[in-house]
Amino acid sequence: MRAMKAGTNLEKVLRSGAFAVTAEIGPPKGAVAAVVKRKADLLKGSCDAYNVTDNQTAIVRMSSLAGCVMLKEAGLDPVMQIVVRDRNRIAIQSDILGAVALGIGNFLCLSGDHQRFGNHPQAKGVFDIESIQLIQTFKNLRDEGRFISGDEISGEMPLFIGAAANPFADPVDFRVARLAKKVRAGADFIQTQAVYDVERFATWMKGVRQLGLHKEVYILAGLIPPKSIGMARYMRDYVPGIHVPDEIIERLENADDVKEEGQKITLELIEALEEIEGLSGIHIMAVGWEEAVPHIVAKAGLLPRPVV
Amino acid sequence: MITGKQKALSEVARMATPYKRVLVLGCGTCTTICFAGGQKEAAEMASSLRLLGQNEKRRQVFSEHTVRRQCEWEYLDEIAPLLKETDAIVSLSCGVGAQALAERFPEISILPGLDTCFMGLPQEPGVWIERCLACGDCIIDTTAGICPITRCAKGLLNGPCGGSVDGQCEISADIPCAWQLIHDRLASQGLLSRLDELPPVRDWSTSHSGGPRRIVRQDLKVKKAP
Ligand code: SF4
Ligand code: SF4
Repeated sequence: MRAMKAGTNLEKVLRSGAFAVTAEIGPPKGAVAAVVKRKADLLKGSCDAYNVTDNQTAIVRMSSLAGCVMLKEAGLDPVMQIVVRDRNRIAIQSDILGAVALGIGNFLCLSGDHQRFGNHPQAKGVFDIESIQLIQTFKNLRDEGRFISGDEISGEMPLFIGAAANPFADPVDFRVARLAKKVRAGADFIQTQAVYDVERFATWMKGVRQLGLHKEVYILAGLIPPKSIGMARYMRDYVPGIHVPDEIIERLENADDVKEEGQKITLELIEALEEIEGLSGIHIMAVGWEEAVPHIVAKAGLLPRPVV
Repeated sequence: MITGKQKALSEVARMATPYKRVLVLGCGTCTTICFAGGQKEAAEMASSLRLLGQNEKRRQVFSEHTVRRQCEWEYLDEIAPLLKETDAIVSLSCGVGAQALAERFPEISILPGLDTCFMGLPQEPGVWIERCLACGDCIIDTTAGICPITRCAKGLLNGPCGGSVDGQCEISADIPCAWQLIHDRLASQGLLSRLDELPPVRDWSTSHSGGPRRIVRQDLKVKKAP
């Protein structure tokens, strides 16, 4: 068994060998705490941990750190997402210190969507360090007790370090190699890009197993339950790196109840994913449709969540 | 070379409005090559400004001239005589040349006639692309001669991100993914294992982040007499 890094609920569930479930919670485009609390109440008990996004798609929202603290207060285990787009190494390390002081233990390192996609395309992109170096930064903070500069940190830094992976991007032959780099950099767990094409995902996982990476890092497969035909088409046509097969779109088009069908598709995907050797769980990104998560998890037979 | 794009004529005219005698000054090097500010463009801009001024009944005089390079002191001396009759210069060089004018001729108002864009090269007629951000610590020996700092939209150093699809960068179908290019070139050189390396965090103090930069070469400095 791998050594305990931060002792968060997510880490404990993964260490127990149970099939983990995480979900994403998008903070509001405003300062109303009740929005976060409502989502927390809605999702409580249905997952092992909850990612709070960091200005996703470069649209300004309540900070990930604030959202995580509110989830924590509501009794949920948060995963703080951090992108390198908006903050330099000084700000990022300072935020990590603050987050740890506030009891946050899970982090997800991301590049972040380019600012040109968001609602402030005029913004200056920072990209001082990049996402794999962010993983290294976390590991250094935790294992060496040192900042990037080499200066020592006072106190413990219990960190459970997450990273993203996209099995569907190009060049295909590099996708397992990139995961291997993230593992070497210090990732403890991985949440992947949304899977719609299980076959392609399984091929990637095969490559992952060949390198034994599934024994070094917990891999959670990403899922985006399709909420509408328009959203599925948009993902197929405009979101780089998401591969939505036409068959999925057709099923939604022919359905009487699109949302129902979207959940059904997601449940079938979960069933297929559970069969894949070396996969440690799923990560549900129900963008703007968080209320679907408890239903999906229940119908997938993944309730109750383990108490560890 | 340094590339630039002419500002809109109306914008140049607006900047020039307070001045009676305006010299449109072309640059014979970079901005000539990118068709933004050479002799031909200086003449065209001067005549357009003249026309616009007449239409709007402004009593302005526009003249034109082009020097070899506005960014070198020695080429600026030749315009000194013209400046007796000049209140403002519309500079069609990059920002370096325009600032050199301001420094050499502090009594004259300097107006930028073009927007300096980037260091790059022509890709095809009419298309220029960026190639170098002058980071001050070149690493393209490790990246198959392709600069990821400039050409990857996120300045990544560890290979293509999850948004790289069909050789295109996630930010635009018009921009090739730099890391796909690096990957392919390393592959063709049999050096793909280079992508497994984890490059250290960059020291940006050599870039503009370290403040305005200077190069000092002791061997070239003029020694003071003892
Ligand atoms: S690494 Fe730096 S100096 Fe070299 S091409 Fe890129 S930006 Fe220019
Ligand atoms: S798609 Fe390629 S060039 Fe664009 S940000 Fe990703 S790695 Fe960089």
